[in-house]
Amino acid sequence: MLPMLPMLPWRNMLIGAALLGAFAVVGTGMVTLTHELTEHRIEENERDALLANFHAVISPESHDNELHTDRIEVRDELLGKGVVDVYRARLGDVPTAVLMTPSAPDGYSGAIRLLVAINHDGTLSGVRVLKHRETPGLGDKIEAQRSDWILGFAGLSLGNPETRGWAVKKDGGDFDQFTGATITPRAVVGAVPRALLYYRQHREALFVTPAIVEVDEDDHEPWHGDDHE
Amino acid sequence: MSDYRQITADGLWHNNVAFVQILGLCPLLAVTNTAINGLGLGLATIAVLLASNLTVSLIRNWVRQEIRIPVFVLVIASFVTAVELAMNAYFHDLFNILGIFIPLIVTNCAILGRAEAFASRNGLLPSLVDGLSMGVGFALVLVVLGGLREAVGFGTLFAQAELMFGSAADWLTITLVDDYRGFLPAILPPGAFIGLGLLIALKNVVDERRAKRAPKPAPVKAQPIEESSAEA
Repeated sequence: MLPMLPMLPWRNMLIGAALLGAFAVVGTGMVTLTHELTEHRIEENERDALLANFHAVISPESHDNELHTDRIEVRDELLGKGVVDVYRARLGDVPTAVLMTPSAPDGYSGAIRLLVAINHDGTLSGVRVLKHRETPGLGDKIEAQRSDWILGFAGLSLGNPETRGWAVKKDGGDFDQFTGATITPRAVVGAVPRALLYYRQHREALFVTPAIVEVDEDDHEPWHGDDHE
Repeated sequence: MSDYRQITADGLWHNNVAFVQILGLCPLLAVTNTAINGLGLGLATIAVLLASNLTVSLIRNWVRQEIRIPVFVLVIASFVTAVELAMNAYFHDLFNILGIFIPLIVTNCAILGRAEAFASRNGLLPSLVDGLSMGVGFALVLVVLGGLREAVGFGTLFAQAELMFGSAADWLTITLVDDYRGFLPAILPPGAFIGLGLLIALKNVVDERRAKRAPKPAPVKAQPIEESSAEA
């Protein structure tokens, strides 16, 4: 190898560096190739997962638009920290519901990312948890697959119950806490009416704002996880 | 031939990654709260271990001593990233559950350990056998520990099997106790430590019994392939 540099003292170093560089190129090439092969499929998966979440809280018949593309981003203290995605459901051109991804900042171990679906008239169509780090076996009862608790939000609205009712029973409200876990349900019960309030204040604007056009789909995360490990 | 048998026995039992080398504990303890999670991480680890042992064995004569560790790390990191992308594409739900522990396979020093201690000194076939048996040995521990914690903690076995094998695999899920209230400590991290401790103790008991039963110098323990001492 490298016959031009027979005796130089740093010959070995150069060969080593060249070899290392070659391996880096091959390795990167392999990763790039896999990325190319899987990219499309991963995007589809993420969109399907998102739509599956959506259709858990609003019925597929309640909209005929492409939900995942009719998206805007908003920022408001009522919705927790950071950017919150809002997806609009429309039937024909008539707005039927919004899906928002607010977060409850006061979970037991960090923010709890919610999916809140609100019908056009301001009643809740459904609430789900998208992402949380609550204690398994205690706080994770907010997941729909672990308990029915979160399903109880459907049909409620501001005023039903009255403001005082939007709290866990321990705090004098209408919502059950879990055995051994009060902080988690308290956080969720706090965040939902805030999202409703935000909706009431911004309803018109939410539906009129033009949807964001995706420029580079590669880097788009369905709901901006500002809470990566 | 008996060489390969030795390699296999080492990987599965005598020099088991989790029981004897006590490597890769971080993912081992973290994801094993259900059998399916354990199986998912186990299969991903086997894939990486096979690919990295294969590659390292192929390039072992070209890589100079000074750069061998960085080259191995590069090889392993590339394979892990590829496996991560593939899992995201084909086992999306499982990928979401295992989350950060897939990319963290890079730091499972068992993999670098096998590259350094075995594949860089042995031919293609032995390296493949070694990678497979070490990987299967590790995966078995993941599944057993996961199954143990799941059974005690949730009262089920192979719950959520559909994440991995599609909805046709629903029958795999076994409910051991109906209306089980759950036993939280088994699911939380302490359960992982206690469970692994019990399994290692059990292995040692079995080994002792065997040694007693066969007073002759028992099957010579695997020839010490020198272990890398780097703990990530």
